[in-house]
Amino acid sequence: MVLGTAGVAPGTDWVIVTRGIRRDYDMGGEVVHALRGVDVAIRKNEYVAIMGPSGSGKSTLMNVIGCLDTPTEGEYWLNGMNVSRMTDDQLARVRNKEIGFVFQTFNLLPRATALHNVELPLVYAGVSSAERKARAKEALARVQLEDRMDHRPNELSGGQRQRVAIARALVNRPAILLADEPTGNLDSTTSEEIMRVFEELADQGQTVIMVTHEPDIAAHARRVIVLRDGRVSSDDRREKFIETVGRI
Amino acid sequence: MHLFEAVRLALAQIRVQKLKSFFTLLGVMIGVMFLIAVVSIVEGMGRYVQEGVAEKFLGVNTFNIRRMPDMRLGEVTRDEWRAWQRRPPITVDDADAVRAALPEGARWAMQDADWAVPKSAHVAGGPQVITLAATTDYFTIKDLAASKGRLFNDQEEQLGSPVVVIGEDVADHYFPGLDPIGRELRFGNIPFRVIGVLEKQGSFFGLNFDRQAIAPFHSPMRRLTRNPQNGLYSVAVQAQSPEQMANVQEIAREVMRRRRHLHPADKDNFALESSQSALSAWDQIQGYMVMAGVFLPAVGLVVGAIVIMNIMLVAVAERTREIGIRKSLGARRRDIMAQFLVESATLSVVGAAIGIALGAAMAKTIAYYSPLPASVEPWSVVVGVLLGAGVGIVAGAYPASRASRLDPITALRAE
Repeated sequence: MVLGTAGVAPGTDWVIVTRGIRRDYDMGGEVVHALRGVDVAIRKNEYVAIMGPSGSGKSTLMNVIGCLDTPTEGEYWLNGMNVSRMTDDQLARVRNKEIGFVFQTFNLLPRATALHNVELPLVYAGVSSAERKARAKEALARVQLEDRMDHRPNELSGGQRQRVAIARALVNRPAILLADEPTGNLDSTTSEEIMRVFEELADQGQTVIMVTHEPDIAAHARRVIVLRDGRVSSDDRREKFIETVGRI
Repeated sequence: MHLFEAVRLALAQIRVQKLKSFFTLLGVMIGVMFLIAVVSIVEGMGRYVQEGVAEKFLGVNTFNIRRMPDMRLGEVTRDEWRAWQRRPPITVDDADAVRAALPEGARWAMQDADWAVPKSAHVAGGPQVITLAATTDYFTIKDLAASKGRLFNDQEEQLGSPVVVIGEDVADHYFPGLDPIGRELRFGNIPFRVIGVLEKQGSFFGLNFDRQAIAPFHSPMRRLTRNPQNGLYSVAVQAQSPEQMANVQEIAREVMRRRRHLHPADKDNFALESSQSALSAWDQIQGYMVMAGVFLPAVGLVVGAIVIMNIMLVAVAERTREIGIRKSLGARRRDIMAQFLVESATLSVVGAAIGIALGAAMAKTIAYYSPLPASVEPWSVVVGVLLGAGVGIVAGAYPASRASRLDPITALRAE
C-alpha cells in the first residue's frame, strides 16, 4: 500500500487532495497535535469512509475537509481550489457551493419546515425564491420526502429528519457530500435505510465522504481510510477492509 | 434577500413570547410615546396660539398700527419700556393719512378699546366687558358676523348713532331669557340700543371674545374708551392677500415715518404688529419646548436600547447552534450580522409603532380634556419610526457582530 499524494495533480479528476496536513490546538498552553501530516486524495464519484477511534483526529480532518477549519500546516485542494489559506467568508462560499453536510444530530432548524430547511443553502447562494422552492422540492423528492415538506423537524422521525438533512446537503449540487456519523443517532433499521440512500447517491455519481467510528457502517463505503493518532494508518478498498476487520 | 424572512422570524418571536417582548420593548415604547405626545401637544399649542393670534386678535393678513406692541411674548427691558412710554400717541389724523395711502382692496379700521361694566334694566350688576368703538370695516377685518339682528352700517358710524353689537355672553347675561335686539344697554350711563348679537367667538388665553360690545367709532362710546395720552388703541389694516402684506405694511410705515419726521437712521416710534411679529417670540419658545420634548424621551430610548441589546445577547447565546448550522450551510459573517440586525430593528420598530399609537392616544386625550388642539404631526411619526429602527440597529450591532464572529465548529457543538 503506497501512502501519500505526491504524484496526484489537484483538480481534474481529483476532488480532494491534501498534502501534509497538520492541525495543532492550543489547549491552555499545551499544544495538541490532532493531525500530524495527512495525505489523502479522493477522486470524483468515490464513496469513502474515514474511520478511526475517538482521538484519532477524524473529526478534525472532517472539519478541515468540510472547510469549517483550516490546517495549521499543509495544503488542501478542493475541486482544484487551494482552500487551506482562505478567509472566513471565502470558506463560507466554498461550503455553500462545494460541500453538503450531513450531521449526526441532523442540525435542522427546529422552527422551520422541511422545505424551508432544504431551501437554506440556496438562500445563502442568492437563488430567487421561486427557483429555491422548485429545487428544494426536487431534492426532497430524491429522498422520497416530498409529501412531508410542510412538516417541522419535531413532526418527523429520526430517519426522516436525516433524509431532510441529506436533501439539504444535495440541494446546491455540491462536489462532495460530507457525512459526520450520519447514523449515530439512529436505530439499526433506520441506519440501513440511510446507508441505502448513500449507496443510491453514490451510484448516481455523487462523491460521498462519511466519517464514522463504526466499522460496520464504514464497510458500506467502497473505500475506507483509517486514521490513528493523527495519521493515515490504512487506506483500502472495501473488500480488503472487511477482510482486515474480520481478522481482528 | 432574506430580509423578509428575518422580519417574519422576529415577528414570530414576539408572538411566541408576548410578555418578554413587552418588557423588551417597554423602553422604546415609552420613549416614542412621549416623543409623539409632547411634539403633538407643543405643536397643538403652537397652532392654538397662532390661530388665536391670527384670527381672533389680529385677523387674517392684518397688521395693527399701535403706539407699542400689544402682544409681548418675549422679554421687554426696562429701557425699551421707557422708550415706548415716550412715544407719541396714534391719532385719528395718523389713521386717516394711512387710509389715504392704502392701495385699492386693502381694508382699514380705527379702533378704541376699554373695559366697562354695562347696566341693563333686566339684571343687577354683571361682568366686565371689552367695549370697543370701531369703524365699520372692523367687522370685515375680524371676520365678525351677527347671529341675531345686524351690524351697524357706515351711516350709523358716521353719525355716531348710539347703537351697539354685543357678544353672546353679554346678551345671555344682561338679557336673560330675552331677545336683546332693540333693548337698551347702558355704558357709563349712556344708553345704547342693541342692534345685533355676534356669532360665538370662544376665548383665547382666558380672554373671552363673547364678552365684548362694539359701538360705532363716532358714537358716545368713544367718550368712555378715549385716552388722549395713549391715542387710538389701534388702527387695523388688512392687505388684500398674503403677498400684499409686506407691501401694505411698508406703505403704512412710510406714511407714519413721514408724519413723524423721522430721519432714515431713526427707528420707528410706533409699532406695526402682525401675527408674524407677535409670534416670533413664540416660535422661539416653541423651539425650546420641542427640543426638551425630544431630549427627555431620548433618555427612555437609551434605556430601551440597553434592554434590547441584552435581549439580543441572550438570543445569540440561545441560538448559537442555529448560527453554527447557518454558517456550515454557507452563511457569511454579513449574512448572520444582517439577520440579527434586522431582528433587533424589527423588534424596536414594533415597539416604536406601539409607542406612536399610545402617544397619539395620549395627545388626543389631552386635546379632549383641554383647549389645546393637539394633533399628531406626520414628521414626528416618521421620526418615531426612524428612531425605533435606529435604536434597534445600534442596540443590535454588538450582539449581531458577536454572532457573526462565532466559530462554526464551536457553534455547531453548542447545547
